[in-house]
Amino acid sequence: MHSPSGGQVQDVVIEIGGIPVALRTTDPEFVGLLCARYGDYLRVGGTSEFVFDVDLVAADEFNPDDDAKVWLKDGEWRLERGDFRAQWNPEKGLGEIRQSANPYSIDSVLRILHTLLLAPNGGFLLHASSVVRNGKAFLFSGLSEAGKTTMVRLAPPDVAILTDEASYIRKVGDQYVAYGTPFAGEFGEPGKNISAPVAALYLLHKAPENRIVRAEPAEAIRRLMRNILFFADDAELVRQVFESACAFVTAVPVFQLSFFPDQRVWELIG
Amino acid sequence: MPLNEIYLAKSSNIASRMLGDEAIIMSTVDSTLFTLSPTGTVIWEAADGQTPLSRIVEERVCRQFNVTVEQARVDAEEFVAKLVEHGLLIVSGEPIAQ
Repeated sequence: MHSPSGGQVQDVVIEIGGIPVALRTTDPEFVGLLCARYGDYLRVGGTSEFVFDVDLVAADEFNPDDDAKVWLKDGEWRLERGDFRAQWNPEKGLGEIRQSANPYSIDSVLRILHTLLLAPNGGFLLHASSVVRNGKAFLFSGLSEAGKTTMVRLAPPDVAILTDEASYIRKVGDQYVAYGTPFAGEFGEPGKNISAPVAALYLLHKAPENRIVRAEPAEAIRRLMRNILFFADDAELVRQVFESACAFVTAVPVFQLSFFPDQRVWELIG
Repeated sequence: MPLNEIYLAKSSNIASRMLGDEAIIMSTVDSTLFTLSPTGTVIWEAADGQTPLSRIVEERVCRQFNVTVEQARVDAEEFVAKLVEHGLLIVSGEPIAQ
């Protein structure tokens, strides 16, 4: 396939959480960049309900000081930040992204897009690390410095890392499933592209000794809402995220985990 | 405004969920979360726009909790005023259509 300008159009399909998103570009170097960035999350062949034309532009087209804004206008989602502009029509499944050729902007667009895709279906992206042990997923949530990456670094060899930064949660039937994501924090490595039913959510707090206490539901919802990644200025979607948080807390055990940062904490997990 | 003329209705800018005997409410305007006490939850649940606050206090609050009507009225008015201030409840001197 060729674009009107003559360059060959290529679709790079990135599948996160079982949802494939096609990025369409004519720039072979950007294709290489995407392939290097999303390695295990690339899907070869097949189609996607969600297709974005990526228009690569000079970085100085944007004001780097602009904060992220996400809003719905005339049936289309608009996503803007100091390094990208994007729009997406949910009915048609088509969108456009304008950004310079860098992996960080596309990473942010994908995160925001997935929050929009997950919200109406009971799922969410959570500021949390997550792992799989013995076929079950465990989430570790907290604000910066709470210990998300520390838990991952301390994980024993039988633990598979899904992410140290942004956990991907979907409601599948009656259960919640955590998926690996390429979104990495300080750990610096993408998570494994696997999934498992969520067995527990731990709300992290560093302390002199290890202690687990069941969180009260209201506190669990409060903490969960604080850590769900959500960018859209849209009351209906905010309502959906709240409903999702309440339903999650009803279905999944939530604990306060005070931990001393050494490997003994893993004796309590799984 | 006399107590028996106050009608309460939940704002459309909220989402709420019962957790045991407590309600948790979120303002969809600013995502602020509120957890209500069991007494507040009784009033919240009864805020249907049609039942005056005086009846909610006498028939629900006083029957479920060991409190005098006078004290319950004072507490209820204070509670309602706070929820109105946060935009969670709307009040009117007449029944509110929802």
